[in-house]
Amino acid sequence: MSASIEMQVLKGSGDDLHPIYLDYSATTPVDPRVAAKMIPYITEHFGNPASRSHPYGWTAEKAVENAREEVAKLVGADPREIVWTSGATESNNLAIKGAANFYSAKGKHIITVTTEHKAVIDTVRELERQGFEATYLDPEPSGLLDLEKFKAAIRPDTVLASVMFVNNEIGVIQDITAIGNICRENGVIFHVDAAQATGKVHIDLEKLPVDLMSFSAHKTYGPKGVGALYVRRKPRIRIEAQMHGGGHERGMRSGTLATHQIVGMGEAFRIAREEMDEENVRIRRLRDKLLHGLQDIEEVYVNGDLEQRVPHNLNISFNYVEGESLIMAVKGIAVSSGSACTSASLEPSYVLRALGRSDELAHSSIRFSIGRFTTDADVDYTISLMKGKIDKLRELSPLWEMFKDGVDLSKVEWAAH
Amino acid sequence: MAYSDKVLDHYENPRNVGSLDKNDPQVGTGMVGAPACGDVMKLMIKVNDSGIIEDAKFKTYGCGSAIASSSLVTEWLKGRTIEEAYAIKNSEIAEELALPPVKIHCSVLAEDAIKAAVADIKAKQAAKEAA
Amino acid sequence: MSSIYLDHNATTALDQRVLESMLPWMQRQSGNPTSRHVFGRSSRDAIEHARTQVAEACGAYASQVIFTASGTEANNFAVKGIAGSQAGSQILHSAIEHPCVSRPAKAMQQTGWLSNAIGVDEHGVLSVAQLQQHLQTQTSVVSVMLANNETGVIQNIAEIAELTRKAGAFMHTDAVQGLGKMPVSFTDLNVHAMTVSSHKIHGPQGAAALILDKRVDIQPLLHGGGQERGLRSGTENVAAIVGFGAACELAVANLAHFASHTQMLRDTFELGLKSLNVTIFSQHTTRIPNTSFFALDGIEGETLVTALDRKGFAVASGSACSSDSTEPSHVLLAMGIKPDLARGAVRVSFGAHNTLLQVADFLTALKNEILRLKQLTGVAA
Repeated sequence: MSASIEMQVLKGSGDDLHPIYLDYSATTPVDPRVAAKMIPYITEHFGNPASRSHPYGWTAEKAVENAREEVAKLVGADPREIVWTSGATESNNLAIKGAANFYSAKGKHIITVTTEHKAVIDTVRELERQGFEATYLDPEPSGLLDLEKFKAAIRPDTVLASVMFVNNEIGVIQDITAIGNICRENGVIFHVDAAQATGKVHIDLEKLPVDLMSFSAHKTYGPKGVGALYVRRKPRIRIEAQMHGGGHERGMRSGTLATHQIVGMGEAFRIAREEMDEENVRIRRLRDKLLHGLQDIEEVYVNGDLEQRVPHNLNISFNYVEGESLIMAVKGIAVSSGSACTSASLEPSYVLRALGRSDELAHSSIRFSIGRFTTDADVDYTISLMKGKIDKLRELSPLWEMFKDGVDLSKVEWAAH
Repeated sequence: MAYSDKVLDHYENPRNVGSLDKNDPQVGTGMVGAPACGDVMKLMIKVNDSGIIEDAKFKTYGCGSAIASSSLVTEWLKGRTIEEAYAIKNSEIAEELALPPVKIHCSVLAEDAIKAAVADIKAKQAAKEAA
Repeated sequence: MSSIYLDHNATTALDQRVLESMLPWMQRQSGNPTSRHVFGRSSRDAIEHARTQVAEACGAYASQVIFTASGTEANNFAVKGIAGSQAGSQILHSAIEHPCVSRPAKAMQQTGWLSNAIGVDEHGVLSVAQLQQHLQTQTSVVSVMLANNETGVIQNIAEIAELTRKAGAFMHTDAVQGLGKMPVSFTDLNVHAMTVSSHKIHGPQGAAALILDKRVDIQPLLHGGGQERGLRSGTENVAAIVGFGAACELAVANLAHFASHTQMLRDTFELGLKSLNVTIFSQHTTRIPNTSFFALDGIEGETLVTALDRKGFAVASGSACSSDSTEPSHVLLAMGIKPDLARGAVRVSFGAHNTLLQVADFLTALKNEILRLKQLTGVAA
């Protein structure tokens, strides 16, 4: 598939109706090669993979198993350790509830982090309602977890810990090896949400001390509606099924498999495995270019550690500018303020708050996420757009005026309404 | 979020952006909201001796609806008496801009800003008379 | 693949028009429907349009449609979710439910619930007397499928729902095999919750829905980002949902033709079976028009299905989900069919594109295979 086709399909012109897409962490476009591979499976090779009695079913089953191998290869797992799901949300629910329920006789305490995705936090909250206890650790201001604090949170009855590999909002990479080793030493089952990690960081589950790991297709140029859960075989981790029925996926997850979507995930993960090293060099260069361009603006703050971070992400707060009006101002680019999943509400990003950012800075944050189809021209356009719009909004901002007048905003008594 | 054309117009071309001299005895300032809540509105009105608002300026830190609400009221205020200004209701602002329910608070904030600015000018006048 | 496909109750081929509705969502940049930029908003609009299409096909309001990833998920959601939102008591389901209703009900037993199966008569029709008897125990949820995937038997859901409501319980029906094959109206069925699925009506796999009366409290199965009014978290599968909507619209438009055409094929087929001394299950009961379920004493259904497959005919020996195992169909056992005969069961389910000629070819192949297998196994003709 030539690059020119990709560009034709995906290129935004930067005007308000065709913005430049810089929201790859919310969802990625389906790679044209992935779409091409999927389409035959919804037209010619349709069939229920569980129908063992006719070739329609066999073809589907073979395709599903090939895809399982591709997913396993990207993350250094055995294909038998991969369970298909409808997406990372289901993987997270299945891993956390499944392991907590299965091992509840061992203990009822769970550890997780306040910057996890809602699919982890809300699942742990649900388990709290069912009688489990949970510790939610705050990360350091860098977004990274302090290993000593993690160690200290472990109790004799701690049964499960869930820590994400790469944060969706700020892109920081947790030290999964170190956290996993602590879990191993203490007999704690370790789940990792890797939805934002595949194709961005190397994952080798043969070496990583991780028991359960969640994956998503649509964050790695695959289709929406499919994901996977890694369930370690050696030592064997057991989970209680959360969805019951025909006993698909060795009883761990029932429901007819969407063959074309699984095929799409397999192809997306194959491409990620083969191209990620080269791609990430290119993306890092673009991200750094964007960062240098935006750092010319006064009063900007990068959220999250810049070193231990995927190259795809740049999360910046523009002080004295309100987030939603900022989003309105930058309609020429498609970006996100806070995570996509929370942007329906007016709450400032809980992730940035967990880093200790003030509400104002949290409100004025923008997540730029760069991906496979981002170009130099996109980045140049973004820098010039941001500079112009930030100037305009600050002209409107009473807070900027006060800041420029030397007023200490933290000492002002606000008439909160 | 689907904004009305009027909101977009005020947002794209805000009217009367800026500040007046806050030490001018004829200028009343209303600052409402809080950065933590995501919106701060500063409204300044200049009132002549007959109690008529001659000029109005605003600066707003907030969403598009907040900017539009404050821009709109600066247009409305000019030429009105401070009593008339005081009587402006948030519902009129919300209706004029066709604000969606989740954005009604922006019109409330604008009404509060007017009331705060009027209160400020009245306090200044009272202080002047007392002096 | 040149096989003739006679397994439409398992899954169906994607309609070309459905595919065309989906392609933009597979090939173009599409946003996360939760995102507020134009990419996200257009995904959101597409989902809401599909929601209206699904609602109209189901005689429901758009606000009652909750999208899920599969019928299995919707059924699990209904059973576990509705029961889970109440103080523990009894879950009732028919003895012929798909495992994705009966197994979650069974799983709920671990957390203190009572789960009971209501029997059916020899025709596969639910025993109302047994239902009434069971309803004397405090009950939370009753789940009875609209049309059975194996026999095709249609239950009188409105009547069952009436009794269920009188007993103060909530009524769920799995209408996955009904939609597109018979008129389905959430309102007329008078149920609280109803499951429908995309890939049974020439839509894509990966989309289904639970239609839910909003007055019913339900616990989510999946927690997270709060999509689908907080009831089903997870980024929406936009392409599949769009396809599901398009498939619903087509299913309604094609229903009259589907019903008369497949009934004609099925009647012709069953007439042809007469000379073969087979047992046709539920033949004299109200069935969806496309389904024929029959058995020959002494010939394993699985063997026959494999033999027919080699001749180019795709049929099923039971429900696809259980064809891993050699256990006789639980539906037939519930009807009191002897296990030996039940093991011989074969299901044929027609689609709108099957032809009379295919039926004739299939009958010929079936006769030949039966003859051959009888000779092999020494069963007396």
